[in-house]
Amino acid sequence: MTGELLTASGLRVEFVTRGGHVARALDGADVQLSPGEVVALVGESGSGKTTLARTLLGLEKPTAGEVTFGGRPLDYSVKGLRRLRRRVQMVLQDPAGALNPRHTVYDSVAEGLRIHGLVDADPEGRSETEIVAAALSSAGLRPPESLFLRYPHELSGGQRQRVLIAGALAMAPDLLVADEPVSSLDASIRGEILALLLKLREELGLGVLVVTHDLGLAWNIADRVAVMYLGRVVEQGPTEEVLANPRHPYTQALLSVVPETERMEPVVLKGEIPDPTRIPGGCRFHPRCPALADGRAEAAGVAGACRGTALPVLPADPSGHVVACHLASAGESPS
Amino acid sequence: MTARLLEIEDLSVTYRTAGGAVPAVRGVSLTVDRGEIVGVAGESGCGKSTLASTVLRLQPPSAEVSGAVRVLGEDVLTMRWGDLRTLRWAGASIVFQGALHSLNPVHRVGRQIAEPIQLHEPDLAEGEVSRRVGELLEQVGLPAARAAAYPHQLSGGQRQRVMIAMALACKPDLVIADEPTTALDVMVQSQVLDVLSGLVAELGVGMLFISHDLSVLADLCDRIAVMYAGRVVEVGAAAEVFTRPLHPYAGALSAAFPRIGDPAARYAPAGLGGDPPDLRVLPDGCPFTPRCPRAVAECGFAEPELELYDVGRLAACIRVGQA
Repeated sequence: MTGELLTASGLRVEFVTRGGHVARALDGADVQLSPGEVVALVGESGSGKTTLARTLLGLEKPTAGEVTFGGRPLDYSVKGLRRLRRRVQMVLQDPAGALNPRHTVYDSVAEGLRIHGLVDADPEGRSETEIVAAALSSAGLRPPESLFLRYPHELSGGQRQRVLIAGALAMAPDLLVADEPVSSLDASIRGEILALLLKLREELGLGVLVVTHDLGLAWNIADRVAVMYLGRVVEQGPTEEVLANPRHPYTQALLSVVPETERMEPVVLKGEIPDPTRIPGGCRFHPRCPALADGRAEAAGVAGACRGTALPVLPADPSGHVVACHLASAGESPS
Repeated sequence: MTARLLEIEDLSVTYRTAGGAVPAVRGVSLTVDRGEIVGVAGESGCGKSTLASTVLRLQPPSAEVSGAVRVLGEDVLTMRWGDLRTLRWAGASIVFQGALHSLNPVHRVGRQIAEPIQLHEPDLAEGEVSRRVGELLEQVGLPAARAAAYPHQLSGGQRQRVMIAMALACKPDLVIADEPTTALDVMVQSQVLDVLSGLVAELGVGMLFISHDLSVLADLCDRIAVMYAGRVVEVGAAAEVFTRPLHPYAGALSAAFPRIGDPAARYAPAGLGGDPPDLRVLPDGCPFTPRCPRAVAECGFAEPELELYDVGRLAACIRVGQA
C-alpha cells in the first residue's frame, strides 16, 4: 500500500466520567484515506464518528492506537499540531455558529493565514488579498471582492458554509474533514455544497473525510463508506457495495429508514445506542439486532456467538468490503 | 364534529421592517381535515414557518395579516383574546424545532408537560395531572418515570418526544409540527415520525407538518403543498408530488435527496443554483425564474396562478405540460 494520506489503526479513546466509569468513545477503529479520496463515516449520534474525526485531526489524543498523516505518526507537540492543521482543515457543521459574527468574510477567511504566517510563505508570492480572493472563488463565491466586507448575518446559510470552506481552502490543505457539512442547510442548497466538495477533489486533489448520518450524502459523493456503531467500524467498503448490498444488520436498518426508500421494509431499531461506559458483551450490536431478535441468527447457528463472542476490529482494507457480524461471516446473507 | 380542522384562506402576512415591507406569505390557501397530515415544503425564507405561527396568531406584532385562518370553524385572526387562549393548546398546538431551546432547562419535563394542563383545567387534582403526564409520555414511547428527568438528562430524540407529549397535553384537534425532526439523525427521526403518524391514526387529530425535506414529507403526509417566495407553487398527493413533481422547484426539492442505489446520483449531487429571492424586491414575473432550469422569456411577464392539472394536482408554472 503506497502513499496513504491518513491512517488510523486500533484507535481507542477513553473518557473517565464523573462517576468514575470509563466511557470507550472509540473502541478500536481502523480507517484509512488515500490522497484525493472521499470517505464517509456514517452512524447514529453516539456512534463515535465525531470522536474519530477529532482524533484524526489531533484534537483528541488516543488512549491506544496510532494516527499517521503522510506516513508519519502524529506529533502531539504544539508545533507538530500546528504543522498538521495547516494540511488538514476542518469544516464544522453549523456555519452560523462557526463564523465570528463580528468578523467580515475577509477576516474570517484570512484568519488562518495570519495565524500560520502563510502569506510570506506563499509559493506563488501572492498577497493576502489575492489568496483570500482565490479561496473564495474556489468555494464558489464570485466575484469574491463583493463579499470581502460582508458580515455573516448578511449571508444565506449556503453562502456561510462556502465562507467556512473558503477559510479552509486558503490554507491549501491536503485533506478536508467535514462534520455534517450539509445537515443544517436547506435541501435545495445541499446539492450545491456537495458538488463543491467533489469539484475541489477534482481540481485540487483534495481528500475529504465526511462525518454524517446522511446515507444519501454518502451515496452522492463518497468513494468509500465506513459505518460506525458504538466506537467501532462495523462495516466498510466501496460505497456501491456497502450501500447497495449492505451485509451488517445495522447498515441494513440504517438504510431502511432513509425516507422514501421503497425497496425496503423499514426496520426501526428500538431505543438508542447504549451508553459507551457499558458496551455490551459479544457483538456490541446484539441487544438491538433485528436479525438476532427474529431468529435468523438462531437459524444460522450463530445466536450464541452473537451474545457471547466479541468480534475482532475490522481491518481498514481499502479495496475490500468487510463486515463485523457473526451472521454475515456464517455465510448467510442477513436479509 | 366537523371534518375540517383548519382552513387557511387567501392568507397574506407582511412584516414591516426598517428595510421595507417583507411579504412573507402571499395569498396562501390550505386545508387540513381530521386524521389528515398535510405537509408544507420549502426552503428557509419561503414563508412556511410564518404560516405555521399565524395559524395560532403567534406572528410578531410587526406583521400585517390579511385573509382568514379558521381553526374548527372559528376565525383565529379576529377572535377575542380569551377565546384564543383556550384555542391554543386545547384546539391546536405546535411542536417546534430545536427541543433543547424550547424546554426550560431548570424544570423537570413532567412539570413542563403538566403546565398547559393545569392552566386549562385548574380544578384538576394533582394526582390526576401526574397520571395524565405519565399517560402522555407513554403515548410518545417514553416510560412514565421519565417525567422526573431534566431536559439535559434526555437525548435529542427523547426531548423531541417530550415536546410532542406537551403538544398533546390538552387533547388538541390540530397539531402543527414545525421541522420537528430536523436536528435528529435518521434512526431517531424515523422513531419520532412513527410516533407522530401513530398518534394521528389513533387520536384522529389533523396535522400540519412543515419541513424542508420533501422525502420525509412524502413518507409521512397525505398531501403536500410546496411553497416558494411566500406562495404555494404546487399541491398534490404526497407520493405524486415527490415522484412526479410538476413545478421545477418541487422537482429540485425532490431531487435533493438521492434514491440510494440510483446510479445516476453517484458523484452527481443535485443542487439548485442561486439563492432564494429577496422578498422586498420581488420581480413582476415568476419569482423562481432566475434559478429555474426551464425558464423562458414569458416567465418574466406575470406571476403564474395555481392551476389545476390533474385530480387534486395544482401547480403555478406556465411551463407545466410544455415541452
